[in-house]
Amino acid sequence: MITFFSGLMRLRRSPWEMVATILIALGVVMLMQPFFLWGYTYSFIVTLIGTVMFIIVSHFPE
Amino acid sequence: MSSTPMERAAKATPRLLAKRISGISDRGIAWLFVSPTIFLLLAINIFPLIWTIYLSFTNYRANRIGREVKFIGLRNYERILSDPDIWQTMQATAHFLLGTLFFQVLIGFSLAWLINRKFKGNDLWTTIIVLPMMLSPAVVGNFWKFLYQPQTGLFNYVVTFFTGVDPSSYTMIGDVALAPWAIIIVDTWMWTPFVMLICLAGLRSIPDYLYEAASVDRASKWRQFWTITIPMVLPFLMLAVLFRGIENFKMFDLVVQLTGGGPGSITELTSINLKREAFEKWRTGYASAYAVILFVTVFGLASIYVKALNKVKER
Repeated sequence: MITFFSGLMRLRRSPWEMVATILIALGVVMLMQPFFLWGYTYSFIVTLIGTVMFIIVSHFPE
Repeated sequence: MSSTPMERAAKATPRLLAKRISGISDRGIAWLFVSPTIFLLLAINIFPLIWTIYLSFTNYRANRIGREVKFIGLRNYERILSDPDIWQTMQATAHFLLGTLFFQVLIGFSLAWLINRKFKGNDLWTTIIVLPMMLSPAVVGNFWKFLYQPQTGLFNYVVTFFTGVDPSSYTMIGDVALAPWAIIIVDTWMWTPFVMLICLAGLRSIPDYLYEAASVDRASKWRQFWTITIPMVLPFLMLAVLFRGIENFKMFDLVVQLTGGGPGSITELTSINLKREAFEKWRTGYASAYAVILFVTVFGLASIYVKALNKVKER
Protein backbone atom coordinates (compact mmCIF):
# COMPACT_ATOMS: atom_id res chain seq x y z
CA MET A 1 0.00 0.00 0.00
CA ILE A 2 2.87 2.37 0.88
CA THR A 3 4.53 1.53 -2.46
CA PHE A 4 1.26 2.31 -4.22
CA PHE A 5 0.89 5.74 -2.61
CA SER A 6 4.57 6.61 -3.05
CA GLY A 7 4.19 5.64 -6.74
CA LEU A 8 1.22 7.99 -6.98
CA MET A 9 3.21 10.80 -5.37
CA ARG A 10 6.21 10.24 -7.67
CA LEU A 11 3.91 10.08 -10.75
CA ARG A 12 4.76 6.48 -11.65
CA ARG A 13 2.82 4.70 -14.39
CA SER A 14 1.61 1.50 -12.64
CA PRO A 15 -0.31 3.01 -9.69
CA TRP A 16 -1.82 5.74 -11.83
CA GLU A 17 -2.87 3.19 -14.46
CA MET A 18 -4.47 1.24 -11.65
CA VAL A 19 -6.47 4.32 -10.57
CA ALA A 20 -7.53 4.99 -14.19
CA THR A 21 -8.55 1.33 -14.67
CA ILE A 22 -10.65 1.44 -11.47
CA LEU A 23 -12.36 4.62 -12.68
CA ILE A 24 -13.15 3.10 -16.10
CA ALA A 25 -14.51 -0.09 -14.52
CA LEU A 26 -16.54 1.97 -12.01
CA GLY A 27 -17.95 4.08 -14.87
CA VAL A 28 -19.00 0.98 -16.82
CA VAL A 29 -20.64 -0.54 -13.73
CA MET A 30 -22.45 2.77 -13.02
CA LEU A 31 -23.62 2.87 -16.65
CA MET A 32 -25.19 -0.56 -16.52
CA GLN A 33 -26.42 -0.98 -12.95
CA PRO A 34 -30.20 -1.14 -12.51
CA PHE A 35 -30.42 0.48 -9.03
CA PHE A 36 -29.72 4.23 -9.12
CA LEU A 37 -30.56 6.62 -11.96
CA TRP A 38 -27.99 9.11 -10.59
CA GLY A 39 -25.32 6.40 -11.01
CA TYR A 40 -26.28 6.11 -14.67
CA THR A 41 -26.30 9.92 -15.04
CA TYR A 42 -22.76 10.36 -13.71
CA SER A 43 -21.34 7.19 -15.30
CA PHE A 44 -20.19 8.90 -18.48
CA ILE A 45 -18.15 11.58 -16.73
CA VAL A 46 -16.47 8.92 -14.54
CA THR A 47 -15.59 6.78 -17.58
CA LEU A 48 -14.40 9.84 -19.50
CA ILE A 49 -12.12 10.94 -16.63
CA GLY A 50 -10.76 7.38 -16.33
CA THR A 51 -10.13 7.07 -20.07
CA VAL A 52 -8.43 10.46 -20.44
CA MET A 53 -6.39 9.74 -17.30
CA PHE A 54 -5.37 6.36 -18.77
CA ILE A 55 -4.12 8.04 -21.96
CA ILE A 56 -2.13 10.63 -19.99
CA VAL A 57 -0.63 8.34 -17.33
CA SER A 58 0.46 5.72 -19.88
CA HIS A 59 3.19 8.27 -20.76
CA PHE A 60 4.46 8.43 -17.16
CA PRO A 61 7.80 6.73 -16.39
CA GLU A 62 7.60 3.12 -15.12
CA MET B 1 26.48 -11.82 -62.58
CA SER B 2 23.13 -11.80 -60.68
CA SER B 3 21.91 -8.44 -59.39
CA THR B 4 20.26 -7.79 -56.03
CA PRO B 5 16.48 -7.06 -55.78
CA MET B 6 17.33 -3.43 -54.97
CA GLU B 7 19.39 -3.10 -58.15
CA ARG B 8 16.64 -4.74 -60.21
CA ALA B 9 14.06 -2.33 -58.69
CA ALA B 10 16.34 0.62 -59.44
CA LYS B 11 16.69 -0.54 -63.06
CA ALA B 12 12.94 -1.01 -63.44
CA THR B 13 12.11 2.49 -62.09
CA PRO B 14 11.45 4.98 -64.93
CA ARG B 15 14.33 7.45 -65.29
CA LEU B 16 12.14 10.52 -64.74
CA LEU B 17 10.71 9.16 -61.50
CA ALA B 18 14.12 7.96 -60.35
CA LYS B 19 15.53 11.44 -60.91
CA ARG B 20 12.69 12.99 -58.94
CA ILE B 21 13.01 10.71 -55.90
CA SER B 22 16.80 10.49 -55.86
CA GLY B 23 17.01 13.67 -53.76
CA ILE B 24 14.54 12.47 -51.11
CA SER B 25 15.92 11.26 -47.79
CA ASP B 26 15.13 7.79 -46.36
CA ARG B 27 12.76 9.43 -43.90
CA GLY B 28 11.04 11.22 -46.76
CA ILE B 29 10.60 7.98 -48.70
CA ALA B 30 9.21 6.31 -45.57
CA TRP B 31 6.65 9.13 -45.23
CA LEU B 32 5.84 8.80 -48.94
CA PHE B 33 4.93 5.14 -48.47
CA VAL B 34 3.04 5.66 -45.22
CA SER B 35 1.13 8.76 -46.31
CA PRO B 36 -1.68 6.97 -48.27
CA THR B 37 -2.46 4.87 -45.19
CA ILE B 38 -2.36 7.91 -42.92
CA PHE B 39 -4.60 9.80 -45.33
CA LEU B 40 -7.12 6.93 -45.41
CA LEU B 41 -7.01 6.62 -41.62
CA LEU B 42 -7.69 10.33 -41.24
CA ALA B 43 -10.46 10.30 -43.84
CA ILE B 44 -12.23 7.13 -42.71
CA ASN B 45 -11.63 7.06 -38.94
CA ILE B 46 -10.43 10.33 -37.45
CA PHE B 47 -12.53 12.81 -39.44
CA PRO B 48 -15.87 10.98 -38.84
CA LEU B 49 -14.99 10.74 -35.15
CA ILE B 50 -14.31 14.46 -34.84
CA TRP B 51 -17.42 15.22 -36.94
CA THR B 52 -19.54 12.97 -34.68
CA ILE B 53 -18.21 14.77 -31.59
CA TYR B 54 -19.10 18.11 -33.24
CA LEU B 55 -22.61 16.89 -34.21
CA SER B 56 -23.21 15.65 -30.66
CA PHE B 57 -23.32 19.30 -29.54
CA THR B 58 -25.92 20.25 -32.18
CA ASN B 59 -29.59 19.56 -33.04
CA TYR B 60 -28.66 18.33 -36.54
CA ARG B 61 -31.05 15.97 -38.33
CA ALA B 62 -29.68 14.16 -41.39
CA ASN B 63 -33.13 13.96 -43.04
CA ARG B 64 -33.63 17.76 -42.95
CA ILE B 65 -30.83 19.07 -45.07
CA GLY B 66 -31.80 22.75 -45.34
CA ARG B 67 -32.64 23.18 -41.64
CA GLU B 68 -30.47 25.51 -39.57
CA VAL B 69 -28.09 23.58 -37.32
CA LYS B 70 -28.03 25.03 -33.80
CA PHE B 71 -25.28 24.54 -31.23
CA ILE B 72 -27.05 23.25 -28.12
CA GLY B 73 -24.07 22.50 -25.87
CA LEU B 74 -24.37 19.48 -23.62
CA ARG B 75 -28.18 19.16 -23.91
CA ASN B 76 -28.02 15.92 -25.93
CA TYR B 77 -25.77 14.36 -23.29
CA GLU B 78 -28.07 15.58 -20.49
CA ARG B 79 -31.10 14.05 -22.24
CA ILE B 80 -29.43 10.70 -22.88
CA LEU B 81 -27.97 10.40 -19.39
CA SER B 82 -31.31 11.08 -17.72
CA ASP B 83 -33.49 9.02 -20.08
CA PRO B 84 -34.95 5.95 -18.30
CA ASP B 85 -35.56 4.21 -21.66
CA ILE B 86 -31.87 4.37 -22.60
CA TRP B 87 -30.99 3.31 -19.06
CA GLN B 88 -33.27 0.31 -19.71
CA THR B 89 -31.33 -0.59 -22.89
CA MET B 90 -28.09 -0.32 -20.90
CA GLN B 91 -29.52 -2.81 -18.42
CA ALA B 92 -30.56 -5.12 -21.26
CA THR B 93 -26.98 -4.89 -22.54
CA ALA B 94 -25.64 -5.58 -19.03
CA HIS B 95 -27.88 -8.66 -18.72
CA PHE B 96 -26.69 -9.88 -22.10
CA LEU B 97 -23.04 -9.16 -21.24
CA LEU B 98 -23.06 -10.84 -17.84
CA GLY B 99 -25.03 -13.86 -19.08
CA THR B 100 -22.85 -14.47 -22.12
CA LEU B 101 -19.57 -13.90 -20.26
CA PHE B 102 -20.57 -16.23 -17.42
CA PHE B 103 -21.58 -19.13 -19.67
CA GLN B 104 -18.82 -18.61 -22.24
CA VAL B 105 -16.11 -18.61 -19.57
CA LEU B 106 -17.59 -21.58 -17.72
CA ILE B 107 -18.20 -23.75 -20.79
CA GLY B 108 -15.17 -22.45 -22.71
CA PHE B 109 -12.76 -23.22 -19.90
CA SER B 110 -14.33 -26.65 -19.27
CA LEU B 111 -14.06 -27.55 -22.96
CA ALA B 112 -10.45 -26.32 -23.11
CA TRP B 113 -9.61 -28.39 -20.05
CA LEU B 114 -11.13 -31.50 -21.66
CA ILE B 115 -9.56 -30.88 -25.10
CA ASN B 116 -6.16 -30.32 -23.46
CA ARG B 117 -6.16 -33.97 -22.35
CA LYS B 118 -4.56 -36.24 -24.90
CA PHE B 119 -7.13 -38.57 -26.46
CA LYS B 120 -7.94 -40.07 -29.85
CA GLY B 121 -9.72 -37.64 -32.22
CA ASN B 122 -8.60 -34.60 -30.22
CA ASP B 123 -7.97 -32.45 -33.31
CA LEU B 124 -11.25 -33.49 -34.96
CA TRP B 125 -13.24 -32.47 -31.86
CA THR B 126 -11.42 -29.15 -31.69
CA THR B 127 -12.39 -28.45 -35.32
CA ILE B 128 -16.04 -29.43 -34.70
CA ILE B 129 -16.26 -27.25 -31.59
CA VAL B 130 -14.71 -24.27 -33.37
CA LEU B 131 -17.16 -24.43 -36.33
CA PRO B 132 -19.92 -22.09 -34.96
CA MET B 133 -17.38 -19.29 -34.54
CA MET B 134 -16.66 -19.35 -38.27
CA LEU B 135 -20.26 -18.66 -39.32
CA SER B 136 -21.66 -15.24 -40.07
CA PRO B 137 -23.65 -13.75 -37.14
CA ALA B 138 -26.51 -12.89 -39.51
CA VAL B 139 -26.72 -16.53 -40.66
CA VAL B 140 -26.54 -17.79 -37.07
CA GLY B 141 -29.31 -15.36 -36.05
CA ASN B 142 -31.50 -16.56 -38.89
CA PHE B 143 -31.16 -20.27 -38.36
CA TRP B 144 -31.60 -20.00 -34.58
CA LYS B 145 -34.79 -18.09 -35.34
CA PHE B 146 -36.00 -21.25 -37.08
CA LEU B 147 -34.70 -23.47 -34.27
CA TYR B 148 -36.66 -21.38 -31.74
CA GLN B 149 -39.99 -21.71 -33.64
CA PRO B 150 -42.48 -23.20 -31.12
CA GLN B 151 -44.30 -25.42 -33.67
CA THR B 152 -41.52 -26.58 -35.97
CA GLY B 153 -38.26 -25.61 -34.25
CA LEU B 154 -35.94 -28.21 -32.79
CA PHE B 155 -35.10 -26.28 -29.62
CA ASN B 156 -38.51 -26.62 -27.94
CA TYR B 157 -38.60 -30.35 -28.76
CA VAL B 158 -35.18 -30.87 -27.14
CA VAL B 159 -36.41 -29.00 -24.04
CA THR B 160 -39.56 -31.17 -24.07
CA PHE B 161 -37.44 -34.32 -24.30
CA PHE B 162 -35.61 -33.38 -21.08
CA THR B 163 -38.37 -31.61 -19.12
CA GLY B 164 -41.68 -32.83 -20.51
CA VAL B 165 -42.97 -29.26 -21.04
CA ASP B 166 -45.41 -28.88 -23.97
CA PRO B 167 -43.32 -27.45 -26.88
CA SER B 168 -46.14 -25.21 -28.12
CA SER B 169 -46.76 -23.71 -24.66
CA TYR B 170 -43.94 -21.18 -24.89
CA THR B 171 -41.88 -19.32 -27.46
CA MET B 172 -38.29 -18.41 -26.76
CA ILE B 173 -38.10 -15.23 -28.83
CA GLY B 174 -41.68 -14.08 -28.29
CA ASP B 175 -41.75 -14.24 -24.50
CA VAL B 176 -40.62 -11.24 -22.46
CA ALA B 177 -39.04 -13.46 -19.80
CA LEU B 178 -37.35 -15.88 -22.23
CA ALA B 179 -36.17 -13.62 -25.07
CA PRO B 180 -33.15 -12.19 -23.14
CA TRP B 181 -32.06 -15.78 -22.44
CA ALA B 182 -32.65 -16.76 -26.08
CA ILE B 183 -30.04 -14.26 -27.28
CA ILE B 184 -27.63 -15.33 -24.51
CA ILE B 185 -27.94 -18.99 -25.57
CA VAL B 186 -27.19 -18.16 -29.22
CA ASP B 187 -24.21 -15.92 -28.46
CA THR B 188 -22.86 -18.53 -26.04
CA TRP B 189 -23.25 -21.23 -28.71
CA MET B 190 -21.42 -19.10 -31.25
CA TRP B 191 -18.58 -17.60 -29.19
CA THR B 192 -17.75 -20.22 -26.54
CA PRO B 193 -15.21 -21.78 -28.97
CA PHE B 194 -13.32 -18.49 -29.02
CA VAL B 195 -12.97 -18.50 -25.22
CA MET B 196 -12.06 -22.18 -25.42
CA LEU B 197 -9.22 -21.48 -27.88
CA ILE B 198 -7.76 -18.73 -25.69
CA CYS B 199 -8.01 -20.95 -22.59
CA LEU B 200 -6.44 -23.80 -24.54
CA ALA B 201 -3.48 -21.54 -25.42
CA GLY B 202 -3.15 -20.73 -21.71
CA LEU B 203 -3.35 -24.38 -20.66
CA ARG B 204 -0.77 -25.44 -23.25
CA SER B 205 1.64 -22.73 -22.06
CA ILE B 206 1.88 -24.33 -18.58
CA PRO B 207 5.13 -26.31 -18.40
CA ASP B 208 4.76 -29.98 -17.38
CA TYR B 209 7.51 -29.75 -14.78
CA LEU B 210 5.23 -27.66 -12.54
CA TYR B 211 2.75 -30.53 -12.32
CA GLU B 212 5.59 -33.04 -11.90
CA ALA B 213 7.06 -31.00 -9.02
CA ALA B 214 3.60 -30.72 -7.45
CA SER B 215 3.11 -34.50 -7.78
CA VAL B 216 6.49 -35.11 -6.10
CA ASP B 217 5.30 -32.87 -3.26
CA ARG B 218 2.15 -35.04 -3.11
CA ALA B 219 -0.20 -32.25 -4.06
CA SER B 220 -3.65 -33.60 -4.97
CA LYS B 221 -5.14 -33.02 -8.46
CA TRP B 222 -7.62 -30.59 -6.93
CA ARG B 223 -4.78 -28.61 -5.30
CA GLN B 224 -2.77 -28.64 -8.55
CA PHE B 225 -5.81 -27.28 -10.37
CA TRP B 226 -6.29 -24.35 -7.96
CA THR B 227 -2.61 -23.50 -7.38
CA ILE B 228 -1.13 -24.12 -10.84
CA THR B 229 -3.78 -24.32 -13.57
CA ILE B 230 -6.08 -21.46 -12.52
CA PRO B 231 -3.36 -18.85 -11.74
CA MET B 232 -1.51 -19.67 -14.97
CA VAL B 233 -4.64 -19.49 -17.15
CA LEU B 234 -6.15 -16.46 -15.39
CA PRO B 235 -4.45 -13.75 -17.56
CA PHE B 236 -5.64 -15.56 -20.71
CA LEU B 237 -9.11 -15.86 -19.25
CA MET B 238 -9.14 -12.16 -18.43
CA LEU B 239 -8.13 -11.42 -21.98
CA ALA B 240 -11.00 -13.53 -23.32
CA VAL B 241 -13.46 -11.86 -20.93
CA LEU B 242 -12.35 -8.37 -21.96
CA PHE B 243 -12.41 -9.21 -25.65
CA ARG B 244 -15.86 -10.78 -25.51
CA GLY B 245 -17.06 -8.00 -23.22
CA ILE B 246 -16.07 -5.31 -25.71
CA GLU B 247 -17.51 -7.28 -28.65
CA ASN B 248 -20.81 -7.98 -26.89
CA PHE B 249 -21.13 -4.38 -25.76
CA LYS B 250 -21.30 -3.53 -29.48
CA MET B 251 -23.49 -6.54 -30.39
CA PHE B 252 -25.90 -5.75 -33.21
CA ASP B 253 -26.26 -8.17 -36.15
CA LEU B 254 -26.99 -11.39 -34.28
CA VAL B 255 -29.70 -9.87 -32.08
CA VAL B 256 -31.28 -7.87 -34.92
CA GLN B 257 -31.66 -11.07 -36.96
CA LEU B 258 -32.91 -13.07 -34.01
CA THR B 259 -35.35 -10.81 -32.16
CA GLY B 260 -35.06 -7.36 -33.77
CA GLY B 261 -34.90 -5.95 -30.22
CA GLY B 262 -38.28 -7.40 -29.24
CA PRO B 263 -40.65 -8.44 -27.82
CA GLY B 264 -41.31 -4.77 -27.03
CA SER B 265 -37.84 -3.50 -26.34
CA ILE B 266 -36.73 -6.19 -23.92
CA THR B 267 -33.77 -7.30 -26.06
CA GLU B 268 -33.04 -3.87 -27.49
CA LEU B 269 -29.32 -3.54 -26.84
CA THR B 270 -27.57 -0.15 -26.96
CA SER B 271 -26.31 -0.54 -30.53
CA ILE B 272 -29.82 -1.42 -31.80
CA ASN B 273 -31.29 1.53 -29.89
CA LEU B 274 -28.60 3.79 -31.31
CA LYS B 275 -29.40 2.66 -34.85
CA ARG B 276 -33.11 3.44 -34.23
CA GLU B 277 -32.29 6.93 -32.96
CA ALA B 278 -29.95 7.64 -35.88
CA PHE B 279 -31.70 6.05 -38.86
CA GLU B 280 -35.36 5.63 -37.89
CA LYS B 281 -36.02 8.73 -35.79
CA TRP B 282 -33.29 10.68 -37.63
CA ARG B 283 -32.14 12.49 -34.46
CA THR B 284 -28.57 12.69 -35.74
CA GLY B 285 -27.16 15.08 -33.11
CA TYR B 286 -28.74 13.10 -30.31
CA ALA B 287 -27.53 9.79 -31.80
CA SER B 288 -24.03 11.26 -32.19
CA ALA B 289 -23.93 12.07 -28.45
CA TYR B 290 -25.16 8.52 -27.78
CA ALA B 291 -22.40 7.14 -30.04
CA VAL B 292 -19.77 9.26 -28.26
CA ILE B 293 -20.88 7.85 -24.87
CA LEU B 294 -20.60 4.29 -26.21
CA PHE B 295 -17.28 5.10 -27.89
CA VAL B 296 -15.73 6.44 -24.66
CA THR B 297 -16.94 3.35 -22.78
CA VAL B 298 -15.55 0.94 -25.38
CA PHE B 299 -12.31 2.96 -25.64
CA GLY B 300 -11.89 2.80 -21.85
CA LEU B 301 -12.49 -0.96 -21.86
CA ALA B 302 -10.10 -1.35 -24.80
CA SER B 303 -7.39 0.48 -22.83
CA ILE B 304 -7.75 -2.06 -20.02
CA TYR B 305 -7.73 -4.81 -22.65
CA VAL B 306 -4.43 -3.59 -24.14
CA LYS B 307 -2.91 -3.37 -20.66
CA ALA B 308 -3.99 -6.96 -19.90
CA LEU B 309 -2.64 -8.07 -23.28
CA ASN B 310 0.77 -6.54 -22.49
CA LYS B 311 0.81 -8.37 -19.15
CA VAL B 312 0.17 -11.66 -20.93
CA LYS B 313 2.94 -10.84 -23.42
CA GLU B 314 5.39 -10.13 -20.57
CA ARG B 315 4.78 -13.65 -19.28
